[in-house]
Amino acid sequence: MPQGIRDKVAILGMGCSKFGERWDAGPDDLMVEAYLEAMQDAGVEPTQLDAAWFSTHIDEIGSGKGGTPLSIALRLPNIAVTRVENFCASGSEAFRGAVYAVAAGAADIALAVGVEKLKDTGYGGLPVANPGTLNPQVMPNGSAPGNFAQLASAYRAKHGVSKDDLKRAIAHVSVKSHANGAKNPKAHLRKPITAEQALNAPMIAEPLGLFDCCGVSDGAAAAIVTTPEIARSLGKHDLVTVKALQLSVSNGYESQYNGWDGSHFHTARVAAGKAYKEAGIERPREQISMMEVHDCFSITELVTMEDLFISPEGQGWRDVLDGFYDADGGVPCQIDGGLKCFGHPIGASGLRMLYEMYLQLQGRAGERQLSNPVFGMTHNLGGAPASNVCSVAIIGQEGA
Amino acid sequence: MAGIAAWGAYAPRLRLSRKAVTEANAWVAPNLKAKGKGERSMANWDEDALTMAVEAARDALGPDDDRSHIDSLYFASTTAPFADRLNAGIVSAALTLEKSIAASDVTGSQRCGLTALGQALAAGGTALVAVGEHRKARAVSAQELDFGDGAAAFVVTDDPGAAELLGRGSVTDDFVDHFRGDDGGFDYYWEERWIRDEGVVKLVPPAIRKALEIAGLSPSDIDHFCFPSTFAGMAATLAKAVGIRPEAVRDNLAAVMGEAGCAHGPIMFAHALEDAKKDEVILVAQFGQGAEALVFRATGAGHGPARGVTGSLADRQEETNYLKFLTFNGLVEWDKGMRAEKDNKTALTTLYRNEDMILGLVGGRCRETGVVQFPRTRISVAPNNPAVDTQEPYRFAERKALVLSYSADYLTFSMAPPNHYGMIVFEGGGRIMMDITDVAPGDVETGLPVRMVFRIKEVDEKRGFVRYFWKAAPDRAAIASQTAQAAE
Repeated sequence: MPQGIRDKVAILGMGCSKFGERWDAGPDDLMVEAYLEAMQDAGVEPTQLDAAWFSTHIDEIGSGKGGTPLSIALRLPNIAVTRVENFCASGSEAFRGAVYAVAAGAADIALAVGVEKLKDTGYGGLPVANPGTLNPQVMPNGSAPGNFAQLASAYRAKHGVSKDDLKRAIAHVSVKSHANGAKNPKAHLRKPITAEQALNAPMIAEPLGLFDCCGVSDGAAAAIVTTPEIARSLGKHDLVTVKALQLSVSNGYESQYNGWDGSHFHTARVAAGKAYKEAGIERPREQISMMEVHDCFSITELVTMEDLFISPEGQGWRDVLDGFYDADGGVPCQIDGGLKCFGHPIGASGLRMLYEMYLQLQGRAGERQLSNPVFGMTHNLGGAPASNVCSVAIIGQEGA
Repeated sequence: MAGIAAWGAYAPRLRLSRKAVTEANAWVAPNLKAKGKGERSMANWDEDALTMAVEAARDALGPDDDRSHIDSLYFASTTAPFADRLNAGIVSAALTLEKSIAASDVTGSQRCGLTALGQALAAGGTALVAVGEHRKARAVSAQELDFGDGAAAFVVTDDPGAAELLGRGSVTDDFVDHFRGDDGGFDYYWEERWIRDEGVVKLVPPAIRKALEIAGLSPSDIDHFCFPSTFAGMAATLAKAVGIRPEAVRDNLAAVMGEAGCAHGPIMFAHALEDAKKDEVILVAQFGQGAEALVFRATGAGHGPARGVTGSLADRQEETNYLKFLTFNGLVEWDKGMRAEKDNKTALTTLYRNEDMILGLVGGRCRETGVVQFPRTRISVAPNNPAVDTQEPYRFAERKALVLSYSADYLTFSMAPPNHYGMIVFEGGGRIMMDITDVAPGDVETGLPVRMVFRIKEVDEKRGFVRYFWKAAPDRAAIASQTAQAAE
């Protein structure tokens, strides 16, 4: 196994725009909002940035292709800017690019910015994508909730869970996230919900009701990374360092080979296994302090608890109902409200998740602050369960 | 002498209640109430003349993948989806017939189904004749109550097979009882009494007499007389005029499926073949700018279709929502929402490059590992054995399959929401994420047995192109068998 990234790169600063229906802002405004906060947090000047990574998924809706949208919006000093796109893991990809550049010594200080302006599409829900020339001739005319909802049918079949029990469990996933999001001024949705509301909501894609789906929002998030040595030289202490960055991408096994049962994410298990090894974590259920996972849909979060080896296989739904992932549970999940309350401006989400873990590790999460977190994990899934990309990142106290 | 080796039929599962139609229209057309009995077959939104013909052909051909014995194909319809694209070519690709076959579209008259059958029998060799009709009629018309949708297919060989051709008679006369221009959406009809008395009564008997003369038979020799007509008692009137025994006149299925245009004579013939005993004589005739008549003798040999007309009609789902019928037939301008705005332009290069995959549902099978997959790729999907260039074509269309995972999606655009789709796994290997059709909420569950059906995938309204692919539909025979086993 490669040497890995553990403790080679520190987070110097982070920023996150207010997420929501940002009718007042374009993607450039959102990027600037996140960037200025990150720059102030890092205490550096634009001229100190060596390179930048820019993540946006749907370039047709405002931000545009290539690196120029970021460079122009931020008036960067003609440094290298690379646009990355990897479905819903795009923000994590931008972070990965910046971290790897620093770890390689190619940059001393690097910037990662992710943005998406979904509310300029006119759609409730993600806009209809252009999937190329072959897929639409073969693949079902589906939606993101319809694709992810399929996990529920396969999970029920595999583990013998009744429709009612699973629906109650995924309802609790959303109730928990709304309770957390209500405490977060940057979240889009800030009202707590009840289990009854979740259970009785209009159906979007069986068995996912309205409250089983994350919001559609605008937002941006940014990270500035450097080496621990440079961070210290800039006067930073109690550093938050990168412990692991892993990305696993489907190779057609799930969609074309009869080995996958449809109830879980094969790539998440691969990425999580490698991430724990890279971070030196042997007992994730005890060692991971908190998580921000890709809760695009409540069922996604539920099966992810098993894919990240936090809950035993087939038992995730029980842990959820037992409150193990609540703010006061064993491994708090979606402390900031998650995609559920922040919505999912695709290019920004991975960085938004890291922002919360970073704030928590620095003890700066205000009303949401957990006691003494050591490791924070983020997780993104892009594509659809049968064909996806999964990123897992672990950050934590330096030396932990 | 040439004959029918195999036959099949198809009627869409949906049956529109005529009462639902007449009640909805009573405010404007109380006169139509008299037609409010029974039901008519109703194509699902994703069915057309071509898809129904493919299903009838599969019923005739059976589940064997090897269709190399077919050396010519006739597709007959007056409602074919393309005016200038060989519709038979799509049928051929869907059925994975050999590229070397001769193929033609036969059209232009209500008798074109029987014309295609007659031409195939005359030409010799082994031919597949597939006839489908998706009839269009204006809302609140008598036609929408009289018409039905359906298909029939026949495998014609030089040997008698299940039925031997004894004679054929044709009459060609430009008697315009109705017409539809090349850009017309609906038929325009002339007066019924004139059509009946000057048209059917005068033009059909000469065709029948000619066929019988060639066969060396008299009208009284006929045991099954198949003649479709929307005029009540028309077949009986003709029988009397010609001298055919009244008891030989077959039910024209008007009460249970309506009249499926050029496919209806062939459907009645297929129905007769299911009932005919050895040596019984079947005469099938149909009217249209003259008439076509074919006389056969049942041999008692050969195997009938898996479903046929009887099985197809038994597999029914009553539809009482007249608005759904109007919507499926493009008669209502409705708000499809923003998600329907996506451009469904088909890359013809991509379609052609993947023709067997898209139209024939052909995947791959690795020569080294035997692993089956869809789609066929240069590097095999088998974990730990990514063999290169080892895959041979492998057909999925006739394989049994099950639902692994599914959802019913209310968000995405669908002509019949919610849109059902899921991961389908095949007996013998392979899996495809695909649409599930002919289902209502609550019908689908993990483990549901499904079969493949050839359907419209999407319609490109901007360019008038119809995109086809395969979908999963509940395998109701397998479900019934499972239920029976569970009961034991």
